[in-house]
Amino acid sequence: MVQSLNTLVETASQTGGPYVHIGCIPTFAGLGAVYPEDLGLRAIEDGAKGEIITITGEVIDGTGWAFRDALLESWQADASGKFAGQAGADPKVNGFARFAADKETGLWTLRTVKPGKVKTRDGRLQAPHISLWIAARGINIGLHTRIYFEDENNADDPLLGRIEQRNRVPTLLAKKTSAGEYRFDIHLQGANETVFLDI
Amino acid sequence: MSDLGPLVPRRRDMHPVPFDPDYKTSVTRSPRWPLLSMESTPSEETGPRFGHSLIGPLDNNLILNWSKDGTPAIGERILMHGRVMDEFGRPVPNTLIEIWQANAGGRYRHVKDTYFASLDPNFGGCGRTLTDEQGRYQFLTIRPGAYPWPNRANDWRPMHIHISVFGHSFGQRLITQMYFEGDPLIDRCPIAATIKERSQLDRLVAPLDMAMSRPLDFLAYKFDIVLRGRRQTMFENKLEGM
Repeated sequence: MVQSLNTLVETASQTGGPYVHIGCIPTFAGLGAVYPEDLGLRAIEDGAKGEIITITGEVIDGTGWAFRDALLESWQADASGKFAGQAGADPKVNGFARFAADKETGLWTLRTVKPGKVKTRDGRLQAPHISLWIAARGINIGLHTRIYFEDENNADDPLLGRIEQRNRVPTLLAKKTSAGEYRFDIHLQGANETVFLDI
Repeated sequence: MSDLGPLVPRRRDMHPVPFDPDYKTSVTRSPRWPLLSMESTPSEETGPRFGHSLIGPLDNNLILNWSKDGTPAIGERILMHGRVMDEFGRPVPNTLIEIWQANAGGRYRHVKDTYFASLDPNFGGCGRTLTDEQGRYQFLTIRPGAYPWPNRANDWRPMHIHISVFGHSFGQRLITQMYFEGDPLIDRCPIAATIKERSQLDRLVAPLDMAMSRPLDFLAYKFDIVLRGRRQTMFENKLEGM
């Protein structure tokens, strides 16, 4: 016998199911004004400092179908690399957003500010990125990934540097489609499967 | 507490398998390639905080929060309560919990739910609250009904309430489901069965809690939630050689 560790085990995840929108974005789900507005409607408020960008994309299943019921959340730093709540953070940057695939087209849109660089715990600079979390029916535990930007210097990013198959790195790079506009598709399976994170 | 260390790595064997042929939708929505594992960074250790100003007075009362004239929702009145803590047993205060559920007949208020059970005009099916300083939370709601769903030829969901918890770190983000003690459908449910570690499924089953029930009003069910913890040692944040 040994001493007891007295630690607990994390509660098991379960899928958000087909009606995750009822709980997380009820106005979008058609419940009407149960709350004044859905949580996470805006990643930024008017007056946020930095380059305002719009990212659009699809969440695509293993058959190639851009499914309609995905719920996404994003979390990011402001343009100077500070997170909401930290000293000196831009008060106009909420950092958190919640958005869904369009019921007709499967397209989602995130309007935000391009984040600054954030250090790792050991002081290395990470390239600008937005953390993403995806929940949906059929996803038994939420999927974490990151959006990086193809027009930034990503060469020294610690996370991207750990991807052995270099051909998979572009799955984490948003493609610039025009000034201030990016495209970022998320592939759950297939040759272009997005790199998902255990972090 | 400002020098909390990295998030404890997630024990994936304590979670459902992403790919499970008995839960058909998971087949095309589960990544096939290994996840990229890395120590957490501030991007995962920080997270959104929500203030008490967000929460309306009826937000945690699903019996009344969708009622137009104060008529309570139909069904067995229950109190759902518990504590949110981390893997070290520390309470997680002031964190947002959101829940959603079917009505007492087993139907969701959603355009895509066309089950025979009637909608209850006084029940919407969503609520939210913040935990208190000890990590405690409460919801007043009705016990949701079981319902059939298109998967295998005759699959039924056990009675359940969906729960979303934020914690204080984006890497703690968790969605799960609470089941009810004694429901024979739990052991027949392919979604519950995506959890292969039986003790972990058992922890999603809320016991009837007569001590917290209110005579002549509601029964109570207790549901504690454990989120990922963060290491905390005197050696944290120090680089080698420093």
